[in-house]
Amino acid sequence: MQEMNLQVELLEQNSVQYFKVVGEIDAFTAPVLRERLAAVENVQGLKAELDLSEVDYMDSTGLGVFVGFYKAVSANGGHVKITGLNKRLNRLFEITGLNEIIDIEQKESEDHNATL
Amino acid sequence: MPQEVGRQYKEIMGKYLERPSEEDLYVGQQFSRRFIEKEIAPEDVISIHKTALIELHPELQDEVWNSLDFLIEMMIHYGLTLREHQSLIRKQEAIQMEMNVATKVQDTLLKTKMPCVGGLDVGYISQPATQMNGDYVYFLNKKHESGVAVADVIGKGIPAALCMSMIKFGMDGLPDGNTSPQNVLGIINRIVEKSVDDSMFISMFYGKYNAEDTTFSYASAGHEPALHFNSRTGEFSELDAKGLLLGVKPDTEYEERSVVLNDGDFIAMMTDGVTETRTEEGFIDMNAIQNLLHDVKDKSAQQIAEHVYHHLAGLQNYRLSDDFTIVIFKKQPEQV
Repeated sequence: MQEMNLQVELLEQNSVQYFKVVGEIDAFTAPVLRERLAAVENVQGLKAELDLSEVDYMDSTGLGVFVGFYKAVSANGGHVKITGLNKRLNRLFEITGLNEIIDIEQKESEDHNATL
Repeated sequence: MPQEVGRQYKEIMGKYLERPSEEDLYVGQQFSRRFIEKEIAPEDVISIHKTALIELHPELQDEVWNSLDFLIEMMIHYGLTLREHQSLIRKQEAIQMEMNVATKVQDTLLKTKMPCVGGLDVGYISQPATQMNGDYVYFLNKKHESGVAVADVIGKGIPAALCMSMIKFGMDGLPDGNTSPQNVLGIINRIVEKSVDDSMFISMFYGKYNAEDTTFSYASAGHEPALHFNSRTGEFSELDAKGLLLGVKPDTEYEERSVVLNDGDFIAMMTDGVTETRTEEGFIDMNAIQNLLHDVKDKSAQQIAEHVYHHLAGLQNYRLSDDFTIVIFKKQPEQV
């Protein structure tokens, strides 16, 4: 049995739902993330910020979770921002063209995994 | 029938109790298979044991009989769990049969014909990580052009496979003269966007070789860039074009680019099962893939594809973590 190597913390700061994700996002752990995000995605005008600075690996299943979340939140007039992408993750968002539609903020100083 | 089993059990146990030996113990162990074959529940095995013991040693004390009754009660839930387990196995076998049929249907439904235009050598490999493939290769053949779609459905297994038939029938329904990569992706995107659920999407690279002017034009919907090997300079360049994944936004526009192919040039189109190959030491990088391609640059398109597959799958002991697909379009001198 694969270990569920993913933690999701939720903080609310000035009406922004701030999610800190720690671990690897793949087919095994993505359902955990999906469930946590699904709990808030239907809130009208949701402002969500997803901090991925401690995610060093994500596969396409993980990307699927973010696309689903983005679509649901946008449909309800909300906004999604993703921060702290390392080089590999950033490439994934670039190749897929998702960086053109999702608000992505790169925090160079917090990019621990840039050399990966 | 249970009486027959009970009689045999008594005989074997009687022999053992008379003179305990390793051999008879082993006979007993073998005999337990009969219980399993006849689907005799654990609590019934103890009943059989008790009956046999009463007949062999009626003189034993009440504590023994009472303790066996107690043990029978202890076994009842084990028996139920075992029956549930057996029914799950039967269900699983039925599902497996359906999966086998589905895989065959997928193969038939999604069949594609290798292109055959002058001056173009084509090779490809597409290997699923699990039973059903989430990668998809489809060739669109015209008189002087060969189009190829290389797609990766996010999500694996059956839902992904169902999604692929959408791509295929979308492409088969393309109006003639509308097969520029940009248009193909635009049309498929509208079909996919209407049909899939929110967390499902597809990345797709569409390339088209025109034999009349030897150009390769391409567009990408969030897919891994293809590699172009230039035989004159001996170098690779990435063919990337801007475009969002299919199924995310209905009115997405796709950038189209093109490159002229000279004899000996080739294009390698891949899915992330190739570029994201993960080994114990970490991820493989683009340079490693370019080196692999370079090693066999003079071979046929099919040999190039197979070389990359065997090398990268070998690194993972042939247990792929993701579906693996590579298509090679190689320009060769026109045969006269």
